[in-house]
Amino acid sequence: MKRVGKPVFFIVSILIVALMVVSITGISTTYGDKTTAYIKGGNDIRWGIDIRGGVDVTFTPPDGVDATEAQMDAAESVITTRLVSLHITDYEVYTDYDKDRIIVRFPWKEGESDFNPEAAIKELGETALLTFREGREVDELGLPTGVTAENIILEGKDVKSASAYYNAQAASESDRYGVSLELNDSGKAAFAEATTRLAGNGCISIWMDDIMISYPNVNVPITDGQASISGNFTAEEAQSLANRINSGALPFKLQTENYSTINPTMGMGARDVMVQAGVIAYIAIAIYIIAFFRLPGFIAAIALLGQIAGSIAAVSGFFSFVPSFTLTLPGIAGIILSIGMGVDANVITAARIREEIRAGKSIDGAITLGYQRAFTAILDGNLTLIIVAIILMGAFGPPDSLFAKLLTPLFFMFGPSTAGSIYSFGYTLLVGAVLNFIFGVTASRLMLKSISRFKPLRKPYLYGGDK
Amino acid sequence: MAPKTWNFDYIKSRKIYYMVSGGLFAIALICMFIFGVRIDIQFRGGTMASYSYSGEVSEQAFKQAVEAQTGQHISIAGAQNIQTGEENFNIEFAGSEGIPVEEQAALLQKLQETFPDNNIQSVSVNSVSPTMGKDFLLKCLVAVFFAALFMVVYIALRFKRIGGWSAGVFSVLALIHDVLMVFATFIIFRMPLDDNFMAVVLVILGYSVNDTIVIFDRIRENEKLYGKTKPLFELVNDSINQTLGRTIHTTVSTLMAMAVVCIMAFINQVDSIVTFSFPLIIGLLSGSYSSICLCSPSWAAWRERGKKTQPPKQETEAQA
Repeated sequence: MKRVGKPVFFIVSILIVALMVVSITGISTTYGDKTTAYIKGGNDIRWGIDIRGGVDVTFTPPDGVDATEAQMDAAESVITTRLVSLHITDYEVYTDYDKDRIIVRFPWKEGESDFNPEAAIKELGETALLTFREGREVDELGLPTGVTAENIILEGKDVKSASAYYNAQAASESDRYGVSLELNDSGKAAFAEATTRLAGNGCISIWMDDIMISYPNVNVPITDGQASISGNFTAEEAQSLANRINSGALPFKLQTENYSTINPTMGMGARDVMVQAGVIAYIAIAIYIIAFFRLPGFIAAIALLGQIAGSIAAVSGFFSFVPSFTLTLPGIAGIILSIGMGVDANVITAARIREEIRAGKSIDGAITLGYQRAFTAILDGNLTLIIVAIILMGAFGPPDSLFAKLLTPLFFMFGPSTAGSIYSFGYTLLVGAVLNFIFGVTASRLMLKSISRFKPLRKPYLYGGDK
Repeated sequence: MAPKTWNFDYIKSRKIYYMVSGGLFAIALICMFIFGVRIDIQFRGGTMASYSYSGEVSEQAFKQAVEAQTGQHISIAGAQNIQTGEENFNIEFAGSEGIPVEEQAALLQKLQETFPDNNIQSVSVNSVSPTMGKDFLLKCLVAVFFAALFMVVYIALRFKRIGGWSAGVFSVLALIHDVLMVFATFIIFRMPLDDNFMAVVLVILGYSVNDTIVIFDRIRENEKLYGKTKPLFELVNDSINQTLGRTIHTTVSTLMAMAVVCIMAFINQVDSIVTFSFPLIIGLLSGSYSSICLCSPSWAAWRERGKKTQPPKQETEAQA
């Protein structure tokens, strides 16, 4: 067994303390009034709506309507457009095509005290008012004025369908992606008249509610109700415009199937309680393990600190390769539980070291054997935890996440329409189990081996032997 | 701190443990028949809402105002949020059909008109349709099922040396015991089954299996050392006794953490955490108990089931 140098204890423990501090404060520079965060800290944690308040709503078409995928996409685009126009950018939207559900979650707006969530939900679900208007004259608020306000050429009901297309033969690169438009008979005449008049010298603006979503120039008169819009689109932009145009032609109004709204004062209070509870629980555990396991207990307390810091870092987006994660109340409970599991890894080892000491082994031998023999139990215990965590994340996570895709064969009959808060629990549990190997096994072994080389600390009593 | 060597015979006493567990289940079953099973709106559908107010509002008047506006029966309970000092009314609408969001908005407006001086605000609204509730419940059950299945397979592979499949099955039986204990806790304390119940069940799945694995791990190790020389019963008893210190310390540490969370949440009236952490504490206790007293002893008894007369004889031989 390789010997571990004396300084290792200090290096590892200082690293852990540094990780703890940085994971809470983060690293950022303030230049003028612009703050750049290099490493995100505790304050950057994205709290779930059960903590900071917000809205969780599920929309669905009315009973008996079987919406097509294109219609669901169109309905989703109405919702996202409206969220943006309400200045809500931190939203999550999932569409479940099998069950025809659209799940929308968004937090309470910062500093907004009289935000009316019911009104916002109602607004999101309403059918979009799609209009094609002459010209693109807007006032300072971006609302149509002049001829654009007066002359509405087409409405949503005049549009039969819109779809994105790709034309490999297009003359220029910028014309390859576009949106093709098919009109109903009701709109053909008006569109033919307008395009004939505006061809070559005018444009038609397309509006969803009060938002201008496109303003193509009219190149040629279109008399057969088949138009195409092109110019500098990417594939996504073309699809998005097609969805938005389709939304005006949706034959149904969305209904709210589920919704919940939470006021922020309630949740933030709960968060503070959980944080306090976490601190007290840590202190209690540290005292307990030091009292029972002496030196290995002390090492375990430091390793636990690393485990907590790692959990915080994993949700705050500390490491650039781990995206920040929405932390819900069950997620906090998951962190606390994984701390309990972290204790277990240390306790198994410390108990084993004590056993070896009492069996008459030398201190070095007992430490080496203790970690060796405890490892299989820690490995099996944490791997089963990881199994549970992955299943939770697959079952309750967003449909585009890795684990959800992995577990589609198991949960294929369920849509992605359920419980985001349990997902957070699975994630913190998974992180906790992985951190167990880093801190509970590796870091604590390095520290204990290193610290045991100091002469004053080479007393069997400190490792659980008799006095 | 006394030297940590225990010498209990778990296999001999296992019938007592069965009786203890059976007795607890019987109590839960009786409570179930008396109280019934309360299922939260998250699983059965329905609407719950909470409104804050200032000053004095009579519960009766508030109830009447809500019922007049919505035409539905409600149940109402007053509560105070200690942190904000706000008085709240929590109401639950009868029936499993949710209240449409338009009606909810109209209701708030009506309440604000009816009690203009009391600054009525909507704190939280939760409305679930029955179909979605059912989907959620079903998905939870499927998740639990697969989690259990994967664990059996994992244990079977990792503990091949000591007859993995039977070890896996008995671990899962112990799990079912713990899940039933959690269920009994919800029934006896009349807490509605909600997503917290599912979260607790899932934690206990991982935790209880971990406890069981630590013991099986020791049995596997001892089997390697003394497999030929010691009878299985003695091996199992020794293994449980050797790991008892670890089991107690871990359980106490974890329980301490959860107890702090539970007490803090209770004092501050964070109900969603209380209904999570309290059953979890019971589940943790049950998890350790079932691992020590039920799982491996029953497994050992099952492994030796063909040799009815042999175990006591072997024991005397070993002592001799």
